Amino acid sequence: MDLIVTELSVARGGIAILAGLGFAVTAGNALVLRGPNGVGKTTVLRTIAGLQPALTGRVAPGPEQIAWAGHADAVKSTLTVRENLAFWAAIYGVWAVDTALADLQLTDLADRPAQTLSAGQKRRLGLARLLLSDRPVWVLDEPTVSLDAATVAHFATLLSRHLRDGGAALLTSHVDLGLDGAAELDLSPYRARGAMSLQASPAGFDEAFL
Amino acid sequence: MIALLLRDLRLATRAGGGFGLSLTFFLILVTLVPFGVGPESGRLATIAPGILWVGALLASLLSLDRLFALDHEDGTLEQLATAPLPLEAVVAMKAIAHWLTTGLPLALIAPLLGVLLHLPGAAMPALALSLAVGTPALSMIGAFGAGLTVGLKRGGLLLSLLVLPLYVPTLIFGAEVARRGAEGAALGTPMAFLGAITLGTLALLPYATAAAIRVNLR
Repeated sequence: MDLIVTELSVARGGIAILAGLGFAVTAGNALVLRGPNGVGKTTVLRTIAGLQPALTGRVAPGPEQIAWAGHADAVKSTLTVRENLAFWAAIYGVWAVDTALADLQLTDLADRPAQTLSAGQKRRLGLARLLLSDRPVWVLDEPTVSLDAATVAHFATLLSRHLRDGGAALLTSHVDLGLDGAAELDLSPYRARGAMSLQASPAGFDEAFL
Repeated sequence: MIALLLRDLRLATRAGGGFGLSLTFFLILVTLVPFGVGPESGRLATIAPGILWVGALLASLLSLDRLFALDHEDGTLEQLATAPLPLEAVVAMKAIAHWLTTGLPLALIAPLLGVLLHLPGAAMPALALSLAVGTPALSMIGAFGAGLTVGLKRGGLLLSLLVLPLYVPTLIFGAEVARRGAEGAALGTPMAFLGAITLGTLALLPYATAAAIRVNLR
């Protein structure tokens, strides 16, 4: 499925930060958003995922076709790995828990309480939910944080498989995933008027909203 | 939806889940009141319905700030907001889970603790009934307050201030049912009001709470 964004303006903390943003990610392709800290990468992703309204512009398809993975892993520490994933499988109405566990190399950890997992293992558990959701467009905010090099490469192959199956992906990442034909888009030219002054404000204020 | 309910119940009963917190609080309150006001059975029996209802209200308030805050902190709320489940259903299920782990056990144990306060045996059915009918409203109103304050760090204080005035009608009619039960008077009118409050909150507040959470997730 294609992800088409037209004339999108987004705001963070009530202040417009990006305006006139437009791009299309066709089925089978990935787009990596680039830009300095605070430019609004996460805000764009959250808007596309339907977590906050756009100031202007349109996003197609709607949030019901989009799988979102943000900074937080949404892992409950007192549940086991399998219980965590089984809950989301039930929410999405699927039963492929074991496949998703195997795909993220979590099978050996399935019966461990999630509080005993390392940060990278929690991240993998969060990413396993993407495979469960069965939604065509993946919107990923820094999916590779706290993953080691081997796991990043493994995640890249999972992402490639999703793209081959006709999916699309929009992500931010500071590491090179080595995806074939992934386009890049720098958000800096789309900064809204007035956003520059926001950049000049004390870093503590700005960073608080990232 | 059932999966969410089961997950919340499971989380509540695991270590650190908060199940038992309300019950223990209720038990402590009812044990301490006779020491505070003196052991005369006549005086205790007069205030028992009110004490038990105030105790139930505070006990339910105790676990409210965890209702959405924990899910918000670890990102679960964002994931639920983008999941195929409507956010209204999420709210309703979480309120039901809260009731099953606080209100329902309180309603079941209240007649037992009523003995500690010399509540006459004839009053027990009315007391349990009033708590069973009234506490769902406490959980639902509390969920509304929790939804309003979900984005705030340490929103517990604001939550209590928001929710307490909304709790007052439930408390008045609930305690009135229990008091009339103790006196052997007819329960009809306050019971009807209590039921109406519960049904009204259950019908309206999931929508208001979901809207509040959507605003707070921005």
